[in-house]
Amino acid sequence: MSAAATPLVDIAGVRLTYGGIDGTLAVDQLNLTVAPGEFVAVVGPSGCGKSSLMKLVTGLLAPSAGSVSVAGQTVRGPVKIVGMAFQNASLLPWRTTLDNLMLPLEIVEPYRSRIGRERASFQQDARKLLASVGLAGFESKFPWQLSGGMQQRASLCRALIHQPSLLMLDEPFAALDAFTREELWDVLQGIWIQRGFTTILVTHDLREAVYLADTVHVMSARPGRIVASYKVQLPRPRTLESSFLPEFSHLVQKLREHIRTERGAADAAQVA
Amino acid sequence: MSRKLLGQLMPVITLLGLLLLWEFGCIVFSVPEFVLPKPSRVIETLITSFGPIWFHAQHTLMTTLVGFVIAVVVGVLLGVFVGSSRLAYQALYPLLVGFNSVPKVALVPVLVVWFGIGTAPAILTAFMLSFFPVAVNVAIGLATLEPELEDVLRSLGASQRDIIIKVGLPRSMPYFFASLKIAITLAFVGSVIAETLASNVGIGTLVEQASANFRMPLVFAGLAVVAAMGIAMYAIFAGIERRMTSWATRSTDFGIGG
Repeated sequence: MSAAATPLVDIAGVRLTYGGIDGTLAVDQLNLTVAPGEFVAVVGPSGCGKSSLMKLVTGLLAPSAGSVSVAGQTVRGPVKIVGMAFQNASLLPWRTTLDNLMLPLEIVEPYRSRIGRERASFQQDARKLLASVGLAGFESKFPWQLSGGMQQRASLCRALIHQPSLLMLDEPFAALDAFTREELWDVLQGIWIQRGFTTILVTHDLREAVYLADTVHVMSARPGRIVASYKVQLPRPRTLESSFLPEFSHLVQKLREHIRTERGAADAAQVA
Repeated sequence: MSRKLLGQLMPVITLLGLLLLWEFGCIVFSVPEFVLPKPSRVIETLITSFGPIWFHAQHTLMTTLVGFVIAVVVGVLLGVFVGSSRLAYQALYPLLVGFNSVPKVALVPVLVVWFGIGTAPAILTAFMLSFFPVAVNVAIGLATLEPELEDVLRSLGASQRDIIIKVGLPRSMPYFFASLKIAITLAFVGSVIAETLASNVGIGTLVEQASANFRMPLVFAGLAVVAAMGIAMYAIFAGIERRMTSWATRSTDFGIGG
């Protein structure tokens, strides 16, 4: 992860406005680079344009100004080397867990044209992936037969099945209870270490950000931009013990201060 | 007796109870037969006039089913169109609602002018009354797709067509099958209305002529047959719904008092 390597994601001077010329300014002067293989967390007060960030990087929204490039290419449409997972697992209830994993392969090339002949081998890969997040034996269960944590594991697998080089996560564990959430931090960290993809995690949970990320970026209130960035120096793999280290709580404390300032600024702006 | 069996017998028990109440009401208040016949007389008529009733019932059933099938085809196509494009939704939805608000009974004379007296107006009335719930339900199933899921698929390069086929249509299946149950009963309403006004065959015609001759037991026998056919069709489509979309109706127990 040398700083000299070309960044996998490069967001430069991006502005995004919703709803025409007089619309809401979602992000402005947004600059962010992510190195290949890096795990980045983005934290910020609610409504700071984190979802806009997701859509900009995946090519679902085009910036009003500035440029977004992924893997050295300017983003002009859907970026197929990206996997996405959200707070809501949004698995298809009429498909088994295994068939839910196959969905991206039925859509994205080159898998799409190969799935007719190679379904069996793709299913084998999907089984392996499920096993690596602790879902072996649940392949033929339907999503509603799984717990919330299991659904989220399956959703993570669906985001990774087409071996994307970039994983985008939008508060993936926010709806889970605290114990399940911490369990899934380890699942995510494990699979990230094993597969080495780049990750952008958008979250409200500051402990989650510090636990998982190499770099934590703090976003300002709307219009969102990056106001501070912190390297997390804790060794990998991090465990729950690491979260009791003084460095850990110190960093969480600093992030919390930032968020508090940003929220205050947002409130002041609203009053004025 | 197990609760399940009791639950299955409940409609029959209620029906028998209502019929008994009706029978005794007619006897106690000596209601004249040309006002309200006793259920026993209706059943008697059902048996003695089985031939003509069966002839007309068959006709109504065919008319209803033809109108219903057209309604399903048109309803699905319209629903997919309206549900998958915001522009089509904005353009067509108010029109659909407006059309659905027009009492179809007022359109039967128009249909008679166009197609003459007979089966065609009945089929078309059945169709007009029953395509709306199908179209609306399919459209709802498509339009309420989770935006996150759509983002996931779009970011993978899925086309609008991919999204409709892989996710939209399977997802709207429960809505579709639920609408069939409503549509089939509405189709019966439509065909019987048209038969009453502009036909010379069908249960509607039978009921119309019987009431003109004050043969109230025959009127009620005809209505009972329509109700029975409606229930039978409803049951068939409810069965199909359960088979096709078991993932959406996992629990049929009610929350309170199970």
